[in-house]
Amino acid sequence: MAQTIQNDKRYEAGVIPYKKMGYWEPDYQPIDTDIIALFRITPQPGVDPEEAAAAVAGESSTATWTVVWTDRLTACEKYRAKAYRVDQVPGNEEQYFAYIAYDIQLFEPGSIANLTASIIGNVFGFKAVKALRLEDMRIPTAYMTTYKGPPTGIVVERERLDKFGRPLLGATTKPKLGLSGRNYGRVVYEALKGGLDFVKDDENINSQPFMHWRDRFLYVMEAVNKATAATGEVKGHYLNVTAATMEEMYERAEFAKELGSAIIMIDLVIGYTAIQSMSNWARKNDMILHLHRAGHSTYTRQKNHGVSFRVISKWMRMAGVDHIHAGTVVGKLEGDPNQIAGFYDVLREPHNKQNLEHGVFFDQDWAGLNKCMPVASGGIHAGQMHQLLHYLGEDTVLQFGGGTIGHPDGIQAGATANRVALEAMIMARNEGRDYMAEGPDILQKAAKDCKPLQHALDTWKDITFDYTSTDTPDFVPSTTTSV
Amino acid sequence: MRITQGTFSFLPDLTDEQIKKQVKYCLDNGWAVSLEYTDDPHPRNTYWEMYGQPMFDLRDPAGLMMDLEECRKTYPKHYIRVTAFDSTHQWETPRLSFIVNRPPEEPGFRLKRQEQEGRKVRYTIDSYASDQPEGQRY
Repeated sequence: MAQTIQNDKRYEAGVIPYKKMGYWEPDYQPIDTDIIALFRITPQPGVDPEEAAAAVAGESSTATWTVVWTDRLTACEKYRAKAYRVDQVPGNEEQYFAYIAYDIQLFEPGSIANLTASIIGNVFGFKAVKALRLEDMRIPTAYMTTYKGPPTGIVVERERLDKFGRPLLGATTKPKLGLSGRNYGRVVYEALKGGLDFVKDDENINSQPFMHWRDRFLYVMEAVNKATAATGEVKGHYLNVTAATMEEMYERAEFAKELGSAIIMIDLVIGYTAIQSMSNWARKNDMILHLHRAGHSTYTRQKNHGVSFRVISKWMRMAGVDHIHAGTVVGKLEGDPNQIAGFYDVLREPHNKQNLEHGVFFDQDWAGLNKCMPVASGGIHAGQMHQLLHYLGEDTVLQFGGGTIGHPDGIQAGATANRVALEAMIMARNEGRDYMAEGPDILQKAAKDCKPLQHALDTWKDITFDYTSTDTPDFVPSTTTSV
Repeated sequence: MRITQGTFSFLPDLTDEQIKKQVKYCLDNGWAVSLEYTDDPHPRNTYWEMYGQPMFDLRDPAGLMMDLEECRKTYPKHYIRVTAFDSTHQWETPRLSFIVNRPPEEPGFRLKRQEQEGRKVRYTIDSYASDQPEGQRY
């Protein structure tokens, strides 16, 4: 039952619980145009979970710590966010899932900055909660259509590259720091000629004393064009245009365009507004836009506090990037298979169905926004090809940095090994074989026609990074509860 | 050199049995398969010549294999590819495309560089074969 204090008593000067100020409305039925946020709340000891949920609703919408009479100059019932449901997290006595509904008119159309300033603006430092995590959001179609989404999208990217039916292959140039422009371009050429589709700047390659950006761009484009001529295939390199100011980013992006690059890259740390600006630029200039999620683990990794990567995935598809790193399952970086399946679905599907096992809490229609290509990068190698295909599917970029450049016979050999492994696995899958079970066999057989693949398999054998994930789903189809 | 466009160009040339299995995969997915051929394999040559219409109502891979045999007879030294189109909403694009015939000799591409101001270079890629008129290239 709602316990909102009614009439003039509601606006008497002083402090009253949020729950009684209109931010806890258990009878509220969200309407189709509401934005819904799902928070994981860990209330301070002694704080009632409903009061904590109401406080989060209040602080992320209209409230402040005390009653203000100026509320009465507004249609304040409409503007108040409403916490309407609080569930205990399965297997966790301290934590609660709180569902909060926001009226669509609380938000500026097409602005991730405005959306996030409300939803994660103030509340995360709030004393009444020990920890707080934004788990998921339901974006109504009416609000979704105010965003342009990915400028290129999976379908058009593939058409432009003329590459269908298999994951794309990439690598990040290593070492990430210290190479001169000339040496850097060498790595790019070798990897592309050997069989990769893309090579990539790393997140922290911008314009440092050892290699200025113009020098890098010029040498890289020589490498890209030479490899295109050598193979007859479209090739590319993500030129990172991340810089200190928008003016500098535009200058670098324009130069990349002048040189004929098919794709540029930005880092998540440039901020939501800068990302939306670069997305507009990419749309205007037929450029594929790659986003490296630099910095995300500072707030996505811990399960009790921060923002889930599934929410970041949603925001970035809305903001409009064509590629985003979204986990590998089997590589060196954090990633539970179910969680990652959820991120990939959010990025790629036209419509998401609620799937608690994958951490997807809401049905979400994408209102025709383009699909965003997830990128798997970090500690993966050719010997895992069957697992990568199984977990991540076909519409993804598999990035083998060390797994290309670290090959004992050189970079070209490393690239060839990856490409042969990939094509052999796709062929087997399409033939209807149980490629997960037969994966190692399929690879060994393909290696008979391809020495570089044999050497890759011998070198990395069964290297895996088998650590327990911290970010795991709360709903598991078994008798035990998750930790 | 070996042009590596298409999904399976890094593997040994597909046998007819292997091609048939890939076509079956496409048909099982409800995609329409088609044959296209060219003697201008420039990576930006999107529109290869169509060997008939996409086979929207084909159910048996044998249908495509028959056309492929004819196509190979007519154009033994051309590049021929199978492309599978998916008409599902928000795909509406090829989902698989692979080469099933290629010339015995592939001379490859010339990279032309036009030096410009400020160390910039304008690149053009030219197929050595396309110096000859269409039909006389391989």
